[in-house]
Amino acid sequence: MAGLDHSHLPPPEVRDPAVERYNARLGLVLFAVYLAAYGAYVFINAFRPAVMDQVVFSGINLAVASGLALIVGAVVLAVVYAVLCRLPKGAGA
Amino acid sequence: MIYEPSSIAVAIFALFVAVTLGLSFYLGRRARTSAGYYAAGGGIPWFVNGIAFAGDYLSAASFLGICGMIAFYGYDGFLYSIGYLAGWVVALFVIAEPLKRLGRYTFADALDNQFRSRAIKLVAAISALAVSVFYLIPQMVGAGVLIKPLLGIPHWVGVLLVGTVVILIVATAGMTSTTYVQFLKGSLLLIFSAGLTVLILQRGFKADPSPEASAPQTVTTTPDGKRLVNGKPQGHGEGQADLRPVGHVSKLPGGISETGPLDPIEFVSTLRESEVVLWTSKRTTDESGNTVTTFSPRPTSGADVLRPGNSPTFAGLQKESLPAKLNFLSLMLALFCGTASLPHILIRYYTVKDSAAARKSTVVGIAAIGGFYVLTLYMGLGAMTGGMMDVSNSNMAAPLLARSFGELPFAIISAVAFTTILGTVSGLIVAASGAVVHDVMTGFLKLDMNDHAKVRVGRIAAILVGLVAIVLGIVFERMNVNFLVGWAFSVAASANLPALVMLLFWKRTTKQGIVSSVLVGMLSSLAWILLSGDTFKDVYGLSADASPVPFSQPGLVTIPLSFLVLVTVSLLTRPKSPA
Repeated sequence: MAGLDHSHLPPPEVRDPAVERYNARLGLVLFAVYLAAYGAYVFINAFRPAVMDQVVFSGINLAVASGLALIVGAVVLAVVYAVLCRLPKGAGA
Repeated sequence: MIYEPSSIAVAIFALFVAVTLGLSFYLGRRARTSAGYYAAGGGIPWFVNGIAFAGDYLSAASFLGICGMIAFYGYDGFLYSIGYLAGWVVALFVIAEPLKRLGRYTFADALDNQFRSRAIKLVAAISALAVSVFYLIPQMVGAGVLIKPLLGIPHWVGVLLVGTVVILIVATAGMTSTTYVQFLKGSLLLIFSAGLTVLILQRGFKADPSPEASAPQTVTTTPDGKRLVNGKPQGHGEGQADLRPVGHVSKLPGGISETGPLDPIEFVSTLRESEVVLWTSKRTTDESGNTVTTFSPRPTSGADVLRPGNSPTFAGLQKESLPAKLNFLSLMLALFCGTASLPHILIRYYTVKDSAAARKSTVVGIAAIGGFYVLTLYMGLGAMTGGMMDVSNSNMAAPLLARSFGELPFAIISAVAFTTILGTVSGLIVAASGAVVHDVMTGFLKLDMNDHAKVRVGRIAAILVGLVAIVLGIVFERMNVNFLVGWAFSVAASANLPALVMLLFWKRTTKQGIVSSVLVGMLSSLAWILLSGDTFKDVYGLSADASPVPFSQPGLVTIPLSFLVLVTVSLLTRPKSPA
């Protein structure tokens, strides 16, 4: 358990403004995609709840399908973000 | 009988507590600096931190509250699952990496990074303390609610037990032990919830059309405090009676009596074509001063169970009520914005070595938390139809679901739920202790403390916050757990998120803008909550119609207000450019 010595903070990380800008922009694009999906879900629930009753596949209604899709979609977008993000030059993997 | 003190449950509880404390004492010998105490020295591996995120986040409200709400009302509880998870998207895509780069111990560090302002440190610390305390109360209340029926001990003893164990965890090794307790708890919660879901799918559904299964029940409380169930004294002896466990399917599609094992899609589609017996409760007072609560069956189509608007909280969605719809929008906005503003979540970004590790640990956290929230749908619906629910207490739906599979699963799931509370309370106390010592004492008051003193004062602060939490957990015994968690999310989203986001993305942000935004967001959301219809009804015992605010959830008004204040004050106080 040598890795459990947590007495001191690690050294400051290598900064790379270009990489930070790229990662921030990528994050905002993916955030906008998810916000649109989440916003549509919330507004349909609030103002057209009857639509949520419609069966979309195999006896599953839109409420359950869209709810599960939002959860799975968040995980997928998170993985996409992790894959596409860049590391600063000189930083360890 | 729904509850019987069980020796297996006591033994497993004791084992979990012993392992947790043993881990804390072991790690306590290894972290003696303030960097170690408040931020685990930035040395937590990203995968461990990711599961610890899940451990921090999946609190009593998520495990007990959401499962209970789905079990009692169906889809409406799942709306909370979706809102709670969506908040992590804000954390990952907007907040995580810059927050890690700008701070060291608390989120006040990030807010204050370019201004070096004592006022920012102070308001950020006050906000962190307010949110942490609001979040602590429901955890402590949940601990008492859980332990009281399981171990047969009074509510206050349960709260005291949790408080004492948590104080020991936090005071021994701070963030390091808290993180590994969270990792342990997050892993156990995911593994056993997945196991429970497999058992639910294997069992499928059985129809019980018998009238006995749907017979109404009453609980009478006499003026001298005695409780009668169905007219007999409550108890397990001769001449006594206790509430009958409920929760069953009354009709299955095609008139079959049982389905056998189902896959996850078949489980939901079969339920949609079935009829389930839900329960309503009504409280009246008779001429003798007895309070009578009557629980009546409400046969409900599966299609109704699986659509929004079936619970009292969201009933307005099925009606043309604009305030109810605005209330729903406001809640979903607060859940979306609140996660990335919770102090005990934000400090976890300082326990890893760099922003790449912060990003990766958030991805692991989202996968773990998302997976758990999918399982809440099955655990909730499994409890709704598993025949073991306590009609008077929705918070016990998940542990009682486990009891329908045997005493051992019940004892394990109950102990996991208890560890869930331990973990979340530990994280909250570390966040509050960090705010007191790092932000107020050294940041605002500028007290000169060496590293050893910072750790010692942090431990004292943790003990004091823990004692406050114990007292509040006892005082607020009868408060609704989800209600209080909603407060914490709304206050966090209104006070902290606008300042964090604008600091990161708007170069004209000034320190006066940040201070005003945090104060206005915190005070306006608190004022709105205290004046809301829900508070009038549930806290003051007044009519909800007397409330001066049109809907109960503040976020829709107070989050934009906080942004607006920040922009206006920043523009009014921007430094004059040199001529």
